[in-house]
Amino acid sequence: MEEQSRLNPDELLARIKLNEQKEKKGKLKIYIGMCAGVGKTFSMLQDASKAGGRGTDVLIGYVETHGRAETEFLLFHLPQLPRKKIEYKGFVLEEMDIDTILDKRPKLVVVDELAHTNAPGSRHNKRYLDVIELIENGIDVLTAVNVQHIESLADTVSKITGVIISETVPDSILDAADEIELIDISPDELIQRLNDGKVYTADKTKNAVDNFFRKGNLSALREMALRLAADRVDKQVRYYMQENRIPGPWKSTQRILIGIGPSPNSADLVRWARRIAYTMEASWIAVNVETSHPLDEKQKKLLNKNLELAKELGAEVITTSDTDIVKGIIRVAKNENATHIVIGKSQNKGFFPRLFQKDIVDRILTESGQIDVYVVSGDNYENKTGKIFAFPKLQSGFYKYLSSSLIVIFVAAICYPFSDTLGYQTVALILLFVVSMLPLIFGPGPVLLSAILSPVLWNYFFVPPKFTLFISRTEDILMFIMFLIIATVTGILTTKIRQREKSVLLREERAVALYNLADDLSKSKDLDEVIGQSVKNLNKVFNSEVIFLLLDSKTKKLVFTNPEMSSISEKEFSVAQWVFTNRKKAGHYTESLPFAEFIYYPLLGPRDIYGVVGIKMEDDILYREKETLIDNFIKQSGAAVEREILNKTANKALLLEESEKLYKTLFDSISHELKIPIAAIMGASSYLLQSDSEINETQKQLLNEVHTATIRLNRLVENLLDMARLESGMLVPNIKECDINDLFSVVLDYFEKEKSSHDISVEVQEYFPFINIDFTLIETALKNLIHNALRYAVPNPKISIQAFFDDKNIYITISDNGKGIPEEHLEHIFDKFYRVDNKISGGTGLGLSIAKGIIEIHKGTISASNKVSGGLKFNIKLQRM
Amino acid sequence: MGIAENILVIDDEIQIRRLLKITLENSGYKVFEAADAKSGLPEVANCRPSLILLDLGLPDEDGISLLKKVREFSETPVIILSVRNSENAIIEALDSGADDYITKPFNSGELLARIRTSLRHSQPEQRNPVYKNGNITVDFSTREVKKKNQIIKLTATEFSILSLFVRNEGKVLTYNYFLKEIWGRQYSDETQYLRVFVAALRKKLEDNPSRPKIFITESGVGYRMISVE
Repeated sequence: MEEQSRLNPDELLARIKLNEQKEKKGKLKIYIGMCAGVGKTFSMLQDASKAGGRGTDVLIGYVETHGRAETEFLLFHLPQLPRKKIEYKGFVLEEMDIDTILDKRPKLVVVDELAHTNAPGSRHNKRYLDVIELIENGIDVLTAVNVQHIESLADTVSKITGVIISETVPDSILDAADEIELIDISPDELIQRLNDGKVYTADKTKNAVDNFFRKGNLSALREMALRLAADRVDKQVRYYMQENRIPGPWKSTQRILIGIGPSPNSADLVRWARRIAYTMEASWIAVNVETSHPLDEKQKKLLNKNLELAKELGAEVITTSDTDIVKGIIRVAKNENATHIVIGKSQNKGFFPRLFQKDIVDRILTESGQIDVYVVSGDNYENKTGKIFAFPKLQSGFYKYLSSSLIVIFVAAICYPFSDTLGYQTVALILLFVVSMLPLIFGPGPVLLSAILSPVLWNYFFVPPKFTLFISRTEDILMFIMFLIIATVTGILTTKIRQREKSVLLREERAVALYNLADDLSKSKDLDEVIGQSVKNLNKVFNSEVIFLLLDSKTKKLVFTNPEMSSISEKEFSVAQWVFTNRKKAGHYTESLPFAEFIYYPLLGPRDIYGVVGIKMEDDILYREKETLIDNFIKQSGAAVEREILNKTANKALLLEESEKLYKTLFDSISHELKIPIAAIMGASSYLLQSDSEINETQKQLLNEVHTATIRLNRLVENLLDMARLESGMLVPNIKECDINDLFSVVLDYFEKEKSSHDISVEVQEYFPFINIDFTLIETALKNLIHNALRYAVPNPKISIQAFFDDKNIYITISDNGKGIPEEHLEHIFDKFYRVDNKISGGTGLGLSIAKGIIEIHKGTISASNKVSGGLKFNIKLQRM
Repeated sequence: MGIAENILVIDDEIQIRRLLKITLENSGYKVFEAADAKSGLPEVANCRPSLILLDLGLPDEDGISLLKKVREFSETPVIILSVRNSENAIIEALDSGADDYITKPFNSGELLARIRTSLRHSQPEQRNPVYKNGNITVDFSTREVKKKNQIIKLTATEFSILSLFVRNEGKVLTYNYFLKEIWGRQYSDETQYLRVFVAALRKKLEDNPSRPKIFITESGVGYRMISVE
């Protein structure tokens, strides 16, 4: 029992991913009502006020009060965002200002009228897309919608109420919502509210009650709203049971398949399928079967619209090609393991009576085997063409008709003088041959004309009695009929074969295009070449302008990679930027930022986003097939770009690692070699100096010189090594928390041990915080600065160290009582080997630049200034963190 | 002193070995030498040294790993010889069982002092219940701490830290060592506790807390308690 209710790892992973995604996103709450006036806006604002009262940062993005007093009262207390004014054809339209909301980043935004269509020129053409962008940016949204605006219910509502619904939101937004609240009142109450003038003003009310707000309508709408909410609750319960492993009624994986064609009724079918898919918890596939039959512009648009709708409603869209619709549908159904097929009941009003073909529905029923078939009324498959002998469209130009007829007439004329020798039966065969050859040159119309014309010509000019259409012999009549049939059939069949050839050719072209791209990309050796090849292929295949914008890893900005196209307008660039941030395509042909000239695709690899590709084409509409092909192109380019970028990073890392290793080995061995002799000298001289060995005073003085020189040499070597480490860029500070008093006492102990005559005072602000630094590096920096001060502040050096702090930084100053240095030298004293006064010996000219380098790798700053009272002062600033 | 104590020097540099041999033999120790880890490890077993001077940068093996091998069978005190800028390696060596460290180039006097301290700690000590250092007196039997004959009140933790210092007088102690001894293993990253308590201890016991002479800081490594007689 336990086993069955447990999720498999993949499902679990998907669920975790979903939860993670949800956590980053803002929360979406949708208030649903059966129609206007039920109090959605009111409830929404009530909730917003409550949240505001608890201290949540609430903002009213867009609310329409329709002059309702209670609502206006609530709105009064909440911060409202000024609306954005957009001018369109002389009108000023007011829209929600999404950019300001994203800038302000409130916790919660109220956005009324989810189904609203934005004014042209807005970022998205639908408001629900604005809402999606808000939640994806981590902002919680409260929004409201009426049940009639839900895509899958819109047509049912239209049928019930007779009102055409033009503004809809896809059902998927309901799935994206974290919470749905149904605002329900009884129809009687609503009508009462209407009559009380609480919904519309009096003059509007009468009209509204008569037309839309009839009790029957309202009851139906209410039922729909309740059912929608109930479905959702049901789904949540099941989800909960699954998540918490409560064994319950379990459904096997269901898959619904629907066939979509260029028919206006397909849209209804799509909505219907979405509803059952939702209730059955099934995934669903929309299949379009391309046959050899060519579609006209209108049909193409319609098909595109239907496929878009299916996609919007959550279907997986598959386009396949087959000679026969039924075969295509059944093949896909079996490949995709569909459990149900949904088809429309066809009302065959065909040109020809159904002589040769069985009804599509019948054929699907018989050929579907194990798969359940739903037949839904309303769809008309006639337009989809599935008939074997469907009449091809006659759409060629007049000249083609004329020339095809002339060819037949010409051949007939040549044959005429020989008709007696050849016999008129032979002439029939010759003409038949010509007709069967015509499809190689002409479209279906001219071929059909010739197919009819040739037997008539033959009859008139060759069959006795000549120059009449009358045929005397029975076998000639038979022959004439046969000729007519064969010519027509041959003509049509050959045409069909050619069309299929064309469509096969088209598919092959696409496949070849993709193959070429893949080939070019795989041969590319570096990033530039990958982009070059991508641009070349996109240019060639889509006859388009292409721009590639790649993310610069240093500046984190999008930069052009093909220089000849480096000037797009700022507006276009902002669209590209939007695409990059949101990782969604946008621009021309899309619903987001459609005013752009280009369509922009995010350049995504399997791991990350790397840039944006913009494409500008001549086409008015981007058809699905082309869109899919472009999608594939961009995907391949994205993968190749990622491959190159990852390669580059990997190579760089490897190189760096190798050079670091080499550097470390070299550095260690040099520092070893330099220090060993120093250690030997120092060890020996210090031993001789402190032991009671028998040496005279002169020897002792000389030894002292040796010892001092060794200390100096050692400091020089250490300075050189420090400088080398700093300059290599491979010095990573070992940051640890430490007490500044410890730091100073270590430094002071060192100078005490050096026994140089000096006076160093330290002053540390009380309650000094612990600081995060590399102790030994900062120690070196301070020692260098103090050494420098000691050298210049002769004869009686007095050095003062002060440390203080504020919220962000700590400050250390080191000042001496010397003469200071001329102003013109100040900015150079941190330069390497820079000496202010060559007369003062003992320095390497490296100490200060090492100190500066050390402070800088701590992300701090150091400067020097002359004190008014004389003497030089170093100012160090380090971040507290 | 009686019998001369054996000191084993493991260093690849002949010049350093020669220097150490002369210095140490002059100070009354018997010196054994090894140039690498391979010959050094058996020497530890053969000549039974009282102390080992170990260079961290050996040609054939990392000094720390040799140290760990030594620690598997011997408690002989080990003083690490290292170069500057290798604090992390020093800390690791100390946490792996080394007793002290000294950076090259070094002063012979300092080295000899370190050797004496380490040797003293290696002997089983007769623990005197009263400890004296400068003007500070600690009576472990009564847990009473006096400075200039004035009773100083210490918290329980401060007293534990002080005892740890006294037990290891002259030896460098890493932050990790304190944290593990006083607070237990799970606190080994919370060095700020330690800094707060050491600062408090200095405030109460040092003459000039900002220039400590008893509880001194070993840069980047830890603390050391110095006897200020």
